[in-house]
Amino acid sequence: MIFKLIGKAAIVAMAIVSLKTYASLEIVITEGVDSARPVAIVPFTFVGQNQPTQNISQIVAADLMRSGKFNPVNVMRMPQQPQNSSQFNAAAWSKTGIEAVVMGTVKEVGLDRYTISYELVDVIKANGGVGQPMMTAGGRLVAGSNHILHSSEITIAGKLFRQYAHRMSDVIYEKLTGERGAFSTKIAYVLVRDKQEYRYQLVVADYDGENEQVLLRAKEPLMSPTWSPDGTKLAYVTFERKQSQIYIQDVYTARRSILTSFKGINSAPVWSPDGRKMAMTLSKDGNTEIYVMDIASKNLAKLTNHRAIDTEPNWSPDSQSIIFTSERGGNPQLYSVDINTKATTRVTFEGEMNLAGKFTPNGQAIVMVNRTNGQYNIARMDRTTRQMQVLTRTYLDESPSIAPNGSMIIYSTLHGSSQVLALVSMDGRFKARLPAANGRVKSPAWSPFL
Amino acid sequence: MNLNKVLKGLLVAVPVLTLAACSSNNETDAGDANANTNAPVQAVDQGMSDAEQLRQQLEALRQQNTIYFDFDKSAIRSEFASVLDAHAAFLRARTTVSVTVEGHTDARGTPEYNIALGERRAQSVQSYLENLGVAAGQMSVVSYGEEKPVDAGNTEDAFAKNRRAVLVY
Repeated sequence: MIFKLIGKAAIVAMAIVSLKTYASLEIVITEGVDSARPVAIVPFTFVGQNQPTQNISQIVAADLMRSGKFNPVNVMRMPQQPQNSSQFNAAAWSKTGIEAVVMGTVKEVGLDRYTISYELVDVIKANGGVGQPMMTAGGRLVAGSNHILHSSEITIAGKLFRQYAHRMSDVIYEKLTGERGAFSTKIAYVLVRDKQEYRYQLVVADYDGENEQVLLRAKEPLMSPTWSPDGTKLAYVTFERKQSQIYIQDVYTARRSILTSFKGINSAPVWSPDGRKMAMTLSKDGNTEIYVMDIASKNLAKLTNHRAIDTEPNWSPDSQSIIFTSERGGNPQLYSVDINTKATTRVTFEGEMNLAGKFTPNGQAIVMVNRTNGQYNIARMDRTTRQMQVLTRTYLDESPSIAPNGSMIIYSTLHGSSQVLALVSMDGRFKARLPAANGRVKSPAWSPFL
Repeated sequence: MNLNKVLKGLLVAVPVLTLAACSSNNETDAGDANANTNAPVQAVDQGMSDAEQLRQQLEALRQQNTIYFDFDKSAIRSEFASVLDAHAAFLRARTTVSVTVEGHTDARGTPEYNIALGERRAQSVQSYLENLGVAAGQMSVVSYGEEKPVDAGNTEDAFAKNRRAVLVY
């Protein structure tokens, strides 16, 4: 039919690109630094001629601050600036209330080659906490290294500084909290620039918004990016052929392939924890239902069968059940379906609506979008106590995605008149915004550990 | 009124179709009467290519191609019956024309839920037209959820404008 527009033009005009943009997200912390643990990241001493552009200690300090758990103190509050633990004056630091000190040096050892060494010192242990007498009266260390929680040395090129700094932050965070750091992770999101021809962009960036890479530009909407458990691929929804379709794209080669293109909705893809299956929402039989597809064989299993809207599947960490949003009770609420028996139970009862449920990595809680008194906010429900806590006070929150260590939630919200990404810690105390320099940002997806 | 334009277009369409089909009595008297009393006009119409007539009809229909919905609902409000009646009459008469019903939502709720809700709205329009005799094969449905607002604002007014189904020819 000539009257039916076919999206051929859109397909041809669609470009797969992998290039840098300069619209980096900037993280603005809005709440929660005061309650964080004070630590000191002493500016690293540089030895050499050609100073690298990236400042290691600044990146580490920024990482730790953004975790919401630490408050890296200003240089003015540091009693001294030691380069290593032999210069460390434990007595001086003990009076500051600072819990831990990171110190180190960057030494130029060749053409674009730098040796980075650093140490992480526990101030309390250094002062003989837990019965460790190892100081002279002058406060200088004479024996023992129990207070040195970590020390490391590596020689790398200048361009790897940022990446290595995130690895350092991972180590420091883990040593101080016992929980794995998530600073070497990435986020995928959709950037919308209304004035451009290819207004929808699928972008991958470091978790802090740096190193943005555009994976896809499209004239029609892009939705629901989600990571494969090995962190090499994204699944997402496009409308390039004037209908929703699910694609899988390799993050590193940009190669992509179509996964589903059924009549009706092809929506909300999410990989199983073992990476072999994809849960999704399809309406090929008229109603929106939750399906699980075996990716290799493309065999489909239908998990729900109800006239009401069923969508937004999310796997339990043990792969045995899927939670989803259903309006079968009148309003959208979360339900759980057993993969094997298909037995379905209602999960949420509080609030006018609950949508987009996501299990935390340890499976102990579910994060969701809760509507109470008409306000859409991110909430967390403990699965044992069923206690529900609303974590945010922002406006029109949606698309929550949890850091792989379970410490933080990234989501999309309305700030002023524009959609931006925002962060909230799992306890709701730390809050930050990630405004984009240019454009609306939505559908964030936090990568697994990489 | 836009709707008057739509109806005028249909009155022209009806006699042309009956002539083309070489059948005399499968349409209303009103249509035939109209054809008779406006004979000179009809002659002009016949001089106009079928494509040109179709273009005019579509232009008229596009003036009123949007159905609005209540929050989180997909039921057709009675005030849109006449608009859908006009589209149904056109599609019944022009069986080679197909239409895509786009479903949309406001920005509240999650994007994935809204894709489902948008489809519900488009399906409501589709089944309404089907009940008026439009062939299922002439219609397709696509939901854009909250992805394509007509008003990017976040007021109740903007939300109301965005909760819609659009008939796209």
